[in-house]
Amino acid sequence: MRMTSSSKFSTAPRNKKSRRLEGLTALAFLSPALLLIALIVTFPLLYTLFQSGTDWVLTNPRPQQFIGLKNYAELTGDSRAVAALVRTVLLTVFSVGLQMVLGVGMAVVMNRHFFRRGLVRTLALLPIVATPVAISLVFVIMMNPSSGILNLGLKSLGLPPLAWIYGENTVLPSLVLVDTWQWTPFVMLIALAGLATLPSEPYEAARIDGATPWQTFSKITLPLLMPTLFVALLFRTIDTLKLFDTIYAMTQGGPGTASETVNLYLYTLGFTYFRMGYASSLVIALFALILGLALLLIKRRRQNALS
Amino acid sequence: MRSVEVFAPKRPPSRGRSNRQTERLNRALALGTSLFFVLPILFVFFWMVSMSFKTQVEISSASPTLFPAAPTLSWYQDLLTRMPFGGYFLNSLIVGVGSTGLGLAFGLPAAYAIARWKLTGASTAVLITRIIPAISYLIPWFIVAKRIGLTDSLFLLILLHLTVTLPLVIWIMIGFFEALPDELEQAARVDGCSTWQSFVKIALPLVQPGLVAASILAFISSWNNFLFAAVLGGPNSQTLPVVVYNLLSFEQANWGPLAAGATLVCLPIVLATLFFQRYLVEGLTAGAVKG
Repeated sequence: MRMTSSSKFSTAPRNKKSRRLEGLTALAFLSPALLLIALIVTFPLLYTLFQSGTDWVLTNPRPQQFIGLKNYAELTGDSRAVAALVRTVLLTVFSVGLQMVLGVGMAVVMNRHFFRRGLVRTLALLPIVATPVAISLVFVIMMNPSSGILNLGLKSLGLPPLAWIYGENTVLPSLVLVDTWQWTPFVMLIALAGLATLPSEPYEAARIDGATPWQTFSKITLPLLMPTLFVALLFRTIDTLKLFDTIYAMTQGGPGTASETVNLYLYTLGFTYFRMGYASSLVIALFALILGLALLLIKRRRQNALS
Repeated sequence: MRSVEVFAPKRPPSRGRSNRQTERLNRALALGTSLFFVLPILFVFFWMVSMSFKTQVEISSASPTLFPAAPTLSWYQDLLTRMPFGGYFLNSLIVGVGSTGLGLAFGLPAAYAIARWKLTGASTAVLITRIIPAISYLIPWFIVAKRIGLTDSLFLLILLHLTVTLPLVIWIMIGFFEALPDELEQAARVDGCSTWQSFVKIALPLVQPGLVAASILAFISSWNNFLFAAVLGGPNSQTLPVVVYNLLSFEQANWGPLAAGATLVCLPIVLATLFFQRYLVEGLTAGAVKG
C-alpha cells in the first residue's frame, strides 16, 4: 500500500558480480530486523498454528493430543464465538463509520483559517496519544449511572438517564462513543495531510462556475481525498477489529457477554479457561479474518488506482 | 511525504476591502465550528484532571461543579506514598526506552534497505506484522516465558513491545529514506563511501525529523501498551497502565485515586505531544499521503 516513488536510489548495477554484492548488502541491512521479527512474531504465530491442532488445556496434566481440525469444527458451531464475531463487526462498522464522517468534517473545518488554528489542531490530537486504559477509566467514571457527569447532563436537559456500559443494549454504543472520541482525531490528521496536497486549480474553476460549497466538497474535495482516506479507513478498521484495552478496562466483555468481542472471548478462553488449543484456533481465525480483509482492501485500492 | 506541512500557517490570498468583513465572519464561523469538535475532546481531559483535585465530598456530590471548590493533592499523595509509584514509573520508562532503542537499532537499517532497493516484499511483511492482533503473541509467549522462567521480567516486556515498536519504526522511516535524493547516494559512492558509511554518515543525519517522529511514536505506543504487561508482567515488572487499571478494582467507586492515576499516566505523553507536535504529525501521517 505504500507507493514507492519510481526512481529513488536507482543505482543500476553494472554487472552480475556487483549485483550479487548489492543483494548481499541489502540482506545484511535487512536480516537483523527480519530475524528479530521471525523470533518475536513468526515463531509465536507458527506455534499457535501448531497448538490449534491440539486439545491442550493448560491446567490439565494429561499430555496434549493432536486432534487435527476438530478445534476449527467446534469453532463453527460455537454460538458464543459467532455472537462475538457479530459484535466485533458491529463495533467496527459503527466506530469506523462515525470516525470517518466526523474526522473528515473536522479536517475540512480545521483546514480553514482561523485564530489560534495551530493550537486548536494540536489540542485536537491529544486523544490519539492518550493512554487508552487511562481514558477508559475516565469514561467509566463519567458513565456511572448514578453519579456520572453524562447522566447528570442528560438529566439537566430533561432526558432520561442511560445505563451506559452497565446496560446490555447500551454497552456497545457506549464503547463506540469511547472509540470514536479517541480515534476521530486520527482520521482528521490523515485527512488534513491529504487536504494539504490537493491542487488549487479545480477549486478556482469551481468558484468561477459558481459551485455551492457542498458541490465543491462532494464533487472535488471528497474524490481527490479518497486515496488518503482509504489509508485512514484501513488502519482504523484493522485497529478496531483488534480493539482490546478499552473493552477490557471498561466492561471485561460484560454485562454478561453483551460486549464480548472476538478478542475478549479469546482472552477468556486462554486465560480464564486455559483452553490453549481451542483458543489458538480462534487466534488463527481472527488473524485470517483481519489479514484477508486488509489484503482485500489493498487489492481494491490497487484496482482503483489503475482504472 | 516530507512536503506535507500540515501545520504550516498558509496566508490566504489577499482580497479587496469589500471582502474583508465576509472573511472575518468566515474565520469566526470556522473557529466556532472547530470548537464544537474540540470541546468534547478537551472536556474528557479536563474532567479527569479536575476530579483528581476534588475532595471525596465533592466527587460524590449530586450537583458537581466544573472546578474543584477546595483543591486537594491528597489523591496524588495517597498514590505516591501507598505504592511504589516511582518504581512503576521507572518500569514503564525502561521498557519504553528499551523497546524504542532496539526498535531503532534493528529497524533503521531495514527501513533504509527497503527504501534503497525498493524491497516491496519486505515492506508488505512489515505491514502484516502491523495488523496481527497482539493477543496472538500472548498465548505462545505466555507458554515460552513459563518454560524458560522469563515471566515477570522487564526484558521480556521489552521483547514483546518490540512487536509494536519495530514495525512502527520501519513503517515511518521508509518514507523518510525514500524522500532522500538519489544524487547524495551517488556522490557518496564517488567519494568512496561504503553503503554502511553512506547510511550512517549521510542518510541518517538527513532524516533527523523522521528519527524524532519514529522515536516518540514508538515510545508512546510502548508507554500506552496494556495487554502484554497485564498478562506477562508481575510484581517486579508492573507498568503504569496496569497499575492504573488495578486501581479500578481496589478503589470501587472511589474516583479520586483513579482520576489521579489516569492523569499521572497521561501527563508525560501529553507534554511530549505538545513539545514535539510537528514531528508527531509527520510520523502519524507517514505512508498515508504521497508527497
